[in-house]
Amino acid sequence: MQRIGVFICWCGSNIAATVDVVKVAEVMKNEPGVVFSANYQYMCSENGQQLIKQAIKEHNLTGIVVGSCSPRMHEATFRKTAEAAGLNPYMVEIANIREHCSWIHKDMDEATEKAIILVRTAIAKVKLNAPLTAGESPVVKRALVIGGGIAGIQAALDIADAGFEVDIVEKNATIGGRMAQLDKTFPTLDCSACILTPKMVDCAQHEKIDILSYSEVEDVKGFVGNFNVKIRRKARYVDETKCTGCKVCMDKCPSKKGLNAFNMNLNTRPAIHIPFAQAIPNVAVIDPEQCIKLKTGKCGICQKFCGVGAIDYEQKDTFIERQYGAIVVATGFKPIALDAFNEYGYADNKDVITSLELERLMNAAGPTNGVLLRPSDGTHPKVITFIQCVGSRDSSGCGKPYCSKICCMYTAKHAMLLREKYPDTEVHVFYIDVRTPGKNYDEFYRRAVEQYGVDYIKGMVGKVYNENGKLMVQGSNLIDNEQITIESDLVVLATAIEPEPSVRKVATLLTASIDTNNFLTESHAKLRPVESPTAGVYLAGVCQGPKDIPETVSQASACAAKVIGLLVKDKLKTNPCVAIPDEMMCNGCSQCANVCAYGAITYVDKEFRLGGGKTEVRRVASVNPAVCQGCGACTVTCPSGAMDLKGFSSKQIMSEVEAICKK
Amino acid sequence: MTKEERIENIKKLSGTDVRKCMKCGKCSGRCPAFKDMDIKPHQFVTMLGKGKLDELLACKAIWNCLSCMACVERCPRGVAPAAVVEAVRDTVVRMQGNNGIKAEEIPPIVDELIPQQLLVSAYRKYNK
Amino acid sequence: MQEVTTEKKEFTPNIVAFCCNWCSYAGADLAGSSRLTYPANVKIIRVPCSCRVNPMFILKAFQQGADGVILCGCHPGDCHYVTGNYYTRRRMSLLFSFLSYMGIEKERTRVEWVSAAEGARFSAVMNDFVKTVTELGENKRLTDLRIKEGK
Repeated sequence: MQRIGVFICWCGSNIAATVDVVKVAEVMKNEPGVVFSANYQYMCSENGQQLIKQAIKEHNLTGIVVGSCSPRMHEATFRKTAEAAGLNPYMVEIANIREHCSWIHKDMDEATEKAIILVRTAIAKVKLNAPLTAGESPVVKRALVIGGGIAGIQAALDIADAGFEVDIVEKNATIGGRMAQLDKTFPTLDCSACILTPKMVDCAQHEKIDILSYSEVEDVKGFVGNFNVKIRRKARYVDETKCTGCKVCMDKCPSKKGLNAFNMNLNTRPAIHIPFAQAIPNVAVIDPEQCIKLKTGKCGICQKFCGVGAIDYEQKDTFIERQYGAIVVATGFKPIALDAFNEYGYADNKDVITSLELERLMNAAGPTNGVLLRPSDGTHPKVITFIQCVGSRDSSGCGKPYCSKICCMYTAKHAMLLREKYPDTEVHVFYIDVRTPGKNYDEFYRRAVEQYGVDYIKGMVGKVYNENGKLMVQGSNLIDNEQITIESDLVVLATAIEPEPSVRKVATLLTASIDTNNFLTESHAKLRPVESPTAGVYLAGVCQGPKDIPETVSQASACAAKVIGLLVKDKLKTNPCVAIPDEMMCNGCSQCANVCAYGAITYVDKEFRLGGGKTEVRRVASVNPAVCQGCGACTVTCPSGAMDLKGFSSKQIMSEVEAICKK
Repeated sequence: MTKEERIENIKKLSGTDVRKCMKCGKCSGRCPAFKDMDIKPHQFVTMLGKGKLDELLACKAIWNCLSCMACVERCPRGVAPAAVVEAVRDTVVRMQGNNGIKAEEIPPIVDELIPQQLLVSAYRKYNK
Repeated sequence: MQEVTTEKKEFTPNIVAFCCNWCSYAGADLAGSSRLTYPANVKIIRVPCSCRVNPMFILKAFQQGADGVILCGCHPGDCHYVTGNYYTRRRMSLLFSFLSYMGIEKERTRVEWVSAAEGARFSAVMNDFVKTVTELGENKRLTDLRIKEGK
């Protein structure tokens, strides 16, 4: 005989304001099978949970229904409560009367009626629940970090320092990422390379860290604690173990006209090259699109001059497979393409540049050795105009609807550095809003205005055009209520940032959710900001949302803490809501194994008694509960209806349907 | 004095750093004489920063400012718009007859206000 | 068989919504926490993945007196279980053509992709679906008459 307890939560006034919680609890007393029904202000509180525990013990309850917030919020809480009172945690069902009822309906009668139906539905389900026990699966004590920018570097260092093996997979030839391209960093103006390169060296020297540069994640199988990852090591045509980074090949290479991506294509580099002086690993790579030998078969000069015989034109992509317990995604960002923003004349004027390009033009290791020269004629610009929010906060479809967050600060930084280095330049900044929340951030921006005399103009630029070799920037000055035109030598666009496009493939492989802007979704916007909804996958840096270096580093360290917390465990509890075949009904047709995305279903030959002392050997499905993720695809596919899903059985869902439709 | 020197002189006289202005408008939000001023308190600061000397010298607002110092009191960045107003007023006065203004040269519209206004202003200024 | 006569009162359809745990159910939660309203006659059943929804569940809903059934899952390519929603898409296109063969208007059933970030979309989809089903009126096909009469 079922003995069900019903607990209706007020959630303060969140539920009680639109649902007559007392009435709902009263009505439930008359439901068949219900022996106890109560309501309380906050069921999830210590007292609320005590009420549930007491009722379970006093009334000898076999199952409970909690009418409260979403099960995504407190299902785990109430399961623990039930367990503490000696009831199997899977004998708990949640009726979502907050997110799906009180918060969306305004009429009290309507909402109360719906709440009653939702609770009844949960009762119908819980009556068919069966006690379940979580299984266990081992944890591979190794982590994978995808992306070798500052986020990946920080996460890897923190995890490795705790004593776990870490692999960094970086698609470029060196780690370092976007931060390696920057000149100075706000708000302290320390040089980016000076704070980043020591960390890169730490990574290279750490005995627990393995850097797989020029590599990409090709395939991911498995689940939290047991990911099986296939990694493509792209052919760099240089033996990584032999190359000493002497750069002789770079001098001798006859094909020197390749665009230098590290310098934002502002200058050229040889076909065989090391991306930048402090690259880690300090190993050359050949661009196969540009190499004369690889394209025509004639050349081979670098091979002749290489003192250690590291050049190998025959190298092919190789694949390695490794097991990991946890994965950190830190794939980073890129500035958006400006094709849709003709008004700024980026494509037509060499002297209209993006902020990242300016970053290279100001960098001592950049194409101009740190001397700011106009890309068009190599002269010193005297009037420099910055335009903020280029492509950010744009919901027209041309740009990105979000605020890129870093632009206000780096524009203030650029303006300040320019005025410091070249006091004779005039610097104007067009802005919509100046957003500088953060420690010492607003002070930094005000310093640009007050100390360095940067001219901030509230308003946006409508047109940049070339008139007799001068860039004319036409915009509005909203404070003075006028339209102004500034004759400029250089125009810098604070271009919006977007997630690195390769994140889509990574997200698909990891089955991690992604939002409409290609940012990876965190598990909870406030309380689980570094976890992906996919267990065992963590997010660091701009792949999750726009953020600056300090925030990225904090998030990376937070990821590391989560990963360490996972890897110190020897075993993980697995989800017991897995598929289960009825062997008596299974005819061994293999349909279920075909649809299983995890390879959790295998077939075994089993002996069945037929009666009369006779036996028969039949081929039947067998589910590996550690591998099954509980999606239920097999249950619907099975032609004989032999497959069912624990916790979401066909009978349970049918009874829910019945309860909803009942008039 | 050239125009540039005069602007610098006004900045010096006012003793306030116009670059500190965040353009929040709190000064004009409190000004009790706002309606009568052809150049508003926040504009004084911006225009001085931009060197719009002619407009400043020609305005009526310098004679309408009550010198109540509410704008100075309210400014979150320590800018003193009223000090700018006063510096401009001083400049206008000094330019007419170098070091003073004759009674008949004061615009008749503000005739009655002037003695009291200057008195209050001076009182506030020197009794700090 | 006795003709069932219904009074001409304002018709509110009974709608069953199946939502996958990872995207659509979370989307519905987001609609709730963003206070985006949709009619109260939509009741949601949580399933791990849209591919858990057996066509039998939908037939059962119509048999039990539902006027519309909507199935929500993750966007194609974003399924938490990699390929689950692709199975859903195929199964439902088969089921829906079967339903229209049975005389059930195809507008009474729908598959929608709603992500966890699309609370506004969830609410809009539900409002639209309820409007469509209300215009169609009561579903009389496949329904167990004993249930409609409340016996």
